[in-house]
Amino acid sequence: MTGTILKATNLTRHFGGGGFLSETAPVRAVDGVSLDIRRGETFAIVGESGCGKSTLARLLMRLLAPTSGTVEFDGAEVTTLEGNRLRDLRRDMQFIFQDPFSSLNPRLTVGRLVGEPLEVHRPDLSARQRREKVAELLTQVGLLPDHMSRFPHEFSGGQRQRIGIARALASGPKLIIGDEPVSALDVSVQAQIINLLGDLGRDLGLTLVIIAHDLAVIRHMSDRVAVMYLGKIVETGPAAEVFDSPRHPYTQALLASIPSPETRSEGRKARVQGEMPSPTAPPPGCRFHTRCPHAQEDCRTVEPKLEDPGTGAHPVACHHWQGIAAATGAQAVPKPRNETAEARFALYRAATEGARLEKTKKTETT
Amino acid sequence: MTQPPRTTPETAPADSPVLRLGALEVGFRGQPVNVLDGVDLEVSAGEILCVVGESGCGKSVSAMALMGLLPPAHTRISSGNLTFDGEQFDLTRQTLPPRLRGGRMAMIFQEPMSSLNPAFRIGDQIAESVLQHQGGTHASAMARALEMLRRVGIPAPDRRLKEYPHQLSGGMRQRVMIAMALANDPQLLIADEPTTALDVTIQAQILDLIRELRDSLGMACLMITHDLGVVAEIADTVAVMYGGQVVERGPAAAVFENPQHPYTIGLISAVPRLDAPGGRLATVPGSVPPIAAMPTGCRFRNRCPFAADICAGKPPLAVQDGGHAVACHFAPLEQNLEVVA
Repeated sequence: MTGTILKATNLTRHFGGGGFLSETAPVRAVDGVSLDIRRGETFAIVGESGCGKSTLARLLMRLLAPTSGTVEFDGAEVTTLEGNRLRDLRRDMQFIFQDPFSSLNPRLTVGRLVGEPLEVHRPDLSARQRREKVAELLTQVGLLPDHMSRFPHEFSGGQRQRIGIARALASGPKLIIGDEPVSALDVSVQAQIINLLGDLGRDLGLTLVIIAHDLAVIRHMSDRVAVMYLGKIVETGPAAEVFDSPRHPYTQALLASIPSPETRSEGRKARVQGEMPSPTAPPPGCRFHTRCPHAQEDCRTVEPKLEDPGTGAHPVACHHWQGIAAATGAQAVPKPRNETAEARFALYRAATEGARLEKTKKTETT
Repeated sequence: MTQPPRTTPETAPADSPVLRLGALEVGFRGQPVNVLDGVDLEVSAGEILCVVGESGCGKSVSAMALMGLLPPAHTRISSGNLTFDGEQFDLTRQTLPPRLRGGRMAMIFQEPMSSLNPAFRIGDQIAESVLQHQGGTHASAMARALEMLRRVGIPAPDRRLKEYPHQLSGGMRQRVMIAMALANDPQLLIADEPTTALDVTIQAQILDLIRELRDSLGMACLMITHDLGVVAEIADTVAVMYGGQVVERGPAAAVFENPQHPYTIGLISAVPRLDAPGGRLATVPGSVPPIAAMPTGCRFRNRCPFAADICAGKPPLAVQDGGHAVACHFAPLEQNLEVVA
C-alpha cells in the first residue's frame, strides 16, 4: 500500500484575463504546483484565503481543467478524460464540502442523497440492496439507518457533515478530498468529525487530502503538509517536521499567528505585517517578500525554487532559509497542567469513553 | 502614535465595574423556554472579558440585550438589570436611551462588510457617528475620523477617508469598524466575533490592535467568540456559556489551567493541539439541542458524561477562591467522582 496515488506536475490555473486585446491581467490562482500524494496517507494543503488551495483541490479532482500541467491518478493521466472514463474517476475520487448546509439538496431525503452515487456508480445493485448499502453507510458515519427517510434540515451541522461523508463514501472511493471539512462546525462537533475521518481513513485504507486554514486541525490529522502562498507551494514535508521546525518565514509567521489555548502567550509575538497582495499581480521574485521580515535584495528579483535540500531536510522555497531557521529558534512549549487539572481531564476522557463513575466515599458521608 | 488630544472619559474607580449585568432572562416570542436563563456578567475599566461558547449558547443574544438591540416584536426580556457607569437601567422595558449606543457603549460585529454602508465613503460614515454624539462641524468630525483611521493603523488614512468600503480588504474594514466604534471614546467596547471572518495573520494583527487600544484608552471590552485560542490570547477574564447559562467564569489563567465545568473541560479537550498530534480527540458527545428541547436544571446534563439525578436541579454559580466560579453539582470533579474498575 505504498507509492504515489495522485501526482500533480507543474499545475497552473489562471482565471480571466481573456483575449489578446484585453488589458486585465489573469488571476493566477495556482501557479506551477507539483505534488506527490502517497497511497493511504493524509495530505494537507494549508494557506490563507486567496492562496489558491481550493482551486488546487478542484484541479486535483478534475472539477476544473488546468491552464497547463498534468494530474495523474493511479498512474493514469486524468487531465484529458471525458465521458465514461471521467465517471470512473469520480467513483475513485470523492469530495467533501465545507458547508453542510448548502451542499445537500434540501428536497431529497437522506436515503436518496446517500443512494444517488450508488445509482450512478453501482447500477448493478437492486433497490433493496441499495437501501441496505445506504443503511450500512449511515451506520459507518455514526448515524442511524432510521435517518434515511428524513430531510437534511432535520439534522444539526455535524450530522449533516456526516451525511456528506456517507455520500462521499458511497461509491467506494480510493481518495477523498475535503475542502475545509470541519471549519463550519463548532469545536465540540468538529472534534467528532475529525475523529470520524481519522477512523475511516484507517479502517478503509483511504487516502485523504485535506484543505484547511486551521493549522492545529491539520497538525492533528495529517501525515504530510504543503503550505501555499499566492498560488505556489512554499514549503512541504512531513507534518511533524514542518510544524516543529518551520523553515519558510511564511510558515513561521502562520504558526506564530495562531492563538492556542495551550500556549497562553506571554508578551507579544512577532507578527507578519500587511496583507496578501492580489493574485492578479503577484510580486516579482519571492512572492512573500513584501511581507517577509527577512527579505533581502535577491528576494525581490529572483524567484526561489521549491527544492529538496537533501540531507534529510524537507523542501522549502526560500533563498535564505538556512540563516532564518537559526535566527528564529524553537517553538514555544505549552505550560503543563497541574496534577488536579490533569486528573480532571483524564476523568472526563474516561467518562466520555464509557467508563463507569461513582461518587467517592467522601461525598457519600457528607 | 500619539494620544488623541481629547479629554478621555473620567474613569470609574478601579474596583467598580463599568458594566454589571444581572439576572438576564430572555425568551423568543412563541417559545416557552428562555434562551437566556439568568445571565450575570461584569466588566471593569481596562479589562477584556471574553464570553465563549458554541453556536446557540446565547452569547450574542446577551450582547444584543445589553445594547438594547433586541426587537421587542420577537423577544421578551422577563428579567434583567443593567448598571452601566453608575447608572441603572431596567432591561425589561426593552428601550435604552440612544445616547448610550455608539457613544459610551460601542459595538463591532463579525462581518465588517455588512455593517458598513456600501454607498457612503468611509470618512463620512465615521463622521456621522461623531456628529451624532458630539455635535460640532462636519470639518471637525472629518478631522476626528482621520485621526481615528491613523490611530487604528490604516496606511495612507487621508486617502482611505475618501474611499468606499468595497475598496478595502477584510482586515482593513474591521479596522474601520474599530475606528468608528472608538471615535466617541466609549467606556465599553462590545466585539461580537470580531476576527472570525479574518485569516490568522490578520486576526493576530486585529487582536494586537484591540489590546493596544485597551491599554492606551483604558476602556472595558466585552468580546464574544467561539474560538478558545482567541480567548487564551486576549482575555483577562472568561465567561463560558452553554444553553443560555454561564457555566463557568473567572480569570483567564484559572479557567484555562484549572477548568472545573465538564463543558469547559470538554471544549478544551476537543481542540486539536499543535504539540500533541494524532490519536483521538476527546469530544463533547451529541450536539446542542434546539431551545425547546433544552433540559431543565443544568442545561448541559443531556450531553454531560457525569450527569446524574441531582443535575435536574439547576446548580448555582458557586464562587471559589480567586473569583473563579463554576455551576456544577460535582465540582471539583476529581474529588467527588472516581472511575470504578
